[in-house]
Amino acid sequence: MNEPKIIPLPTAPEEPLSAPHRIAPPPMIKTMLPQTEMGSPAAVAPVTPSAIRMFLQAKSSGRMADGAFAALMVVCALSIFAIVVLIVSVLVSHSQLSIKTFGWHFFSTRTWDPVSGDFGALPFIYGTVLSSLLAVCMAVPLALATSIFLLDICPKFLRAPISFLTELLAAIPSVVYGLWGVFVLVPIIRDQAGPVLEKYLGWTGLFVEPNFGVNMFTASVILAIMIFPVISSISRDVMRAVPVHQREAVLALGATRWEMLRIGVLRNARMGIIGSVILGLGRALGETIAVTMVIGNHPAILKNLFAPGYTLASVIANEFTEATGDLYLSALIEIGLALFLVTIIVNAIARLLVWAVVRDNAGSAH
Amino acid sequence: MDTLPLRSQGVSDFVSFRRSLTNHVVTGVAIISTILVLVPLVAIFGYLLYKGASSLNLAFFTHVPVPVGEPGGGMANAIAGSGVILGLASLLGIPVGIGAGVYLAEYARGTWLGAAVRFTADVLNGVPSIVMGLAAYALIVARQQHFSGMAGSVALAIMMVPTVTRTTEEMLATVPKSVREAALGLGIPKWRTVLSVSLRTASPGIITGCMLAFARVAGETAPLLFTAFGNQFWSFDLNQPIAALPLQIYVYALSPYDEWHRLAWAGALVLIVMIMASVTLVRIFANRGALKGGH
Amino acid sequence: MGVDIRVENLNAWYGPVHTLHDVSLQIPANHATALIGPSGCGKSTFVRCLNRMHETSPGARADGTVLMGDIDIYKDATPVEIRRRVGMVFQRPNPFPTMSIYDNVASGLKLNGFRKKRVLDEVVERSLKQAALWDEVKDDLKKKSGASISGGQQQRLCIARALAVDPEVLLMDEPASALDPVSTAKIEDLIFKLKTQYTIVIVTHNMQQAARVAENTGFFLMGKLVEFAPTTKIFTNPSDKRTEDYITGRFG
Repeated sequence: MNEPKIIPLPTAPEEPLSAPHRIAPPPMIKTMLPQTEMGSPAAVAPVTPSAIRMFLQAKSSGRMADGAFAALMVVCALSIFAIVVLIVSVLVSHSQLSIKTFGWHFFSTRTWDPVSGDFGALPFIYGTVLSSLLAVCMAVPLALATSIFLLDICPKFLRAPISFLTELLAAIPSVVYGLWGVFVLVPIIRDQAGPVLEKYLGWTGLFVEPNFGVNMFTASVILAIMIFPVISSISRDVMRAVPVHQREAVLALGATRWEMLRIGVLRNARMGIIGSVILGLGRALGETIAVTMVIGNHPAILKNLFAPGYTLASVIANEFTEATGDLYLSALIEIGLALFLVTIIVNAIARLLVWAVVRDNAGSAH
Repeated sequence: MDTLPLRSQGVSDFVSFRRSLTNHVVTGVAIISTILVLVPLVAIFGYLLYKGASSLNLAFFTHVPVPVGEPGGGMANAIAGSGVILGLASLLGIPVGIGAGVYLAEYARGTWLGAAVRFTADVLNGVPSIVMGLAAYALIVARQQHFSGMAGSVALAIMMVPTVTRTTEEMLATVPKSVREAALGLGIPKWRTVLSVSLRTASPGIITGCMLAFARVAGETAPLLFTAFGNQFWSFDLNQPIAALPLQIYVYALSPYDEWHRLAWAGALVLIVMIMASVTLVRIFANRGALKGGH
Repeated sequence: MGVDIRVENLNAWYGPVHTLHDVSLQIPANHATALIGPSGCGKSTFVRCLNRMHETSPGARADGTVLMGDIDIYKDATPVEIRRRVGMVFQRPNPFPTMSIYDNVASGLKLNGFRKKRVLDEVVERSLKQAALWDEVKDDLKKKSGASISGGQQQRLCIARALAVDPEVLLMDEPASALDPVSTAKIEDLIFKLKTQYTIVIVTHNMQQAARVAENTGFFLMGKLVEFAPTTKIFTNPSDKRTEDYITGRFG
């Protein structure tokens, strides 16, 4: 037996297709349709359609312009590589004199004596590393705590203003931090915080008078304030990138807020937070002006945090314009080259970590 | 039998005292930390306002520095000098940055070259500004045997390029693919599509990015230390040392003269107000742009 | 007047995935042709090959002969030249958000270098009237942005924009699928009126729509053209069992 052919259409099969069939269209539609005959354009223009076609067909397809434009964009992009190459080549060539004179000992010699022409970068390496590490130790707990606050605890209406304020911290120029450091922080550390620290922690050998306020400790504090916004904002972004269902899963098991944050968020965001810390470290390593203004600018390798210190960036800022002799200049430029390479490596590691975390979370989020 | 379902008993019954205490301690620490962080901000700002406003007068904006010991004087030349250096730096750095950003967003999506450029730009953003100053010194000052505003502008321009590149790329990425397809479908060549459709749609965000880069280099001192070098007098010659506001503040702050300290505070206030104004403007712009561009 | 399209052995790939297999058909001028088929069957890919938009996707390529009139669009012309003669309306309305309604409609001309203001005014009016949008927007042409009107109006704006360059062929990829029934009805009326001036190819999920609007219909399945015939035949007496199964709702 033949299956009946099922006709799914509203139209009767014999009628040729003419006007579309529709159930009583609302009157609105009818009046809104243009009252034109089928097929005749409603134009009043003397311009005939074909004139437009002729214009467009006569136009070149823009192949050459496309090529030139693309080439220009590529040149701009390659300029980024060019900048790096330029910096490296110029620094390397100007450090040649110092490299040839001192070799690798440059980085293990303690003396920095412009008078006798004996240059060694060890005090600056020590100063840079110590001040940066101290700054990171001070900034990271505060940054994480603030990120947690802004992420979860903060009432919604306060969130935007407070995060805006922390970003403002990032916008303050280094010289203004330095100015404040010289006239506000230094006296505080010299007159108020110093004696207290000496009294309770002097036994460690870290806080020994005399303390003139311009010292390693003050520099670390200022650095901590300066790198705080970097760590805080990236940590917040990374924590926000953790999918919500991770948090909900932990909460559903009966966790307290802190446990939810620790297990559901921080554990997942661990790599990204480490990345942000390394980025902050990178910034601290290269920070120049504020540090120069409060660190004392004296090359010495001492345990005492109340003693003046010197960093790689500070020595360049402080002594470059007064440098006499090619060797002096070359030594300073070699320090600059070392600073450049170190910060590039540190930043590259940090970026890779942050990028990997964001990508992973983006992939797993549904 | 006492078989009340778990959930009708307060959950807190099942949270030990230790866990609950930890939770509250952490919450407290978080709140205190936030306050602790905002304190320096308020302190810096407040002190700045206090010291700076009292030193600010019309002369600050109209006079050049006077010899030590004499009262008065201002930083007019430093403000003007900053303007000149920043103007040239923007002229050099912003177009190149936008071009690189366009390349990344419109021509190099998903390519290894694009990834390399992007990565390099990000890394460059973290290089200390003093290194840029050194490079500009070696490139220009050492060759010409004199300091110049031009060298300072170049150092600042090099700093602006990676920043502008990344923000331009990110803004262009927000332009939906459908809009580009509409343009291509009309037979508009790619270069015209990029210029008149993509860039135009993303322009509020791109302008924001440029202003952010500008604000960032406006406060930079280190790259100018041995390029622009500073100048006590009016000077608009880019081939000579030129004054700049952050540089002047730095020099005056470290000097032993009270009068110069006063001027340094005033200068810092002016600098901060200029930068904060641009950052806030950027925020307003960005929010408006987001509402307008998306639909 | 429109132009007919002859497709011979068209193949298309997205990277390694072979999405169109040896498609051949003839689309007559000044008629509307509907392409139906289940999701993913390649009908959108096919239509995008007709104006060489397919190749804008990274890793995409096409191979075969597509003759528009007597021009082989792959060998005798550049993509830009082809797209100036073939208009396209996409599934989701995509007016340029930063341009006014006027600028949107005129964009195909303005961004290709056409400057004469009086002519542009006339073209904009004509196109908006053809798209049945003129009366609704004529007072706000330059004041409202293309994105600030309703979805149905946006799609008609996109149709007006495509018509403004006076194409010979109009490709429509499920133009009403994102719209409400009232807007859909308006657009179907539009197509009905336009098809005598242009060659229209419309991809649709909606078989009733195909029946209402098109003289010929092609049924695609898994990248192959299964059947191509006058619409009445496809829906009442299809030759291929697969077509019949699709029409009667056994799958898809």
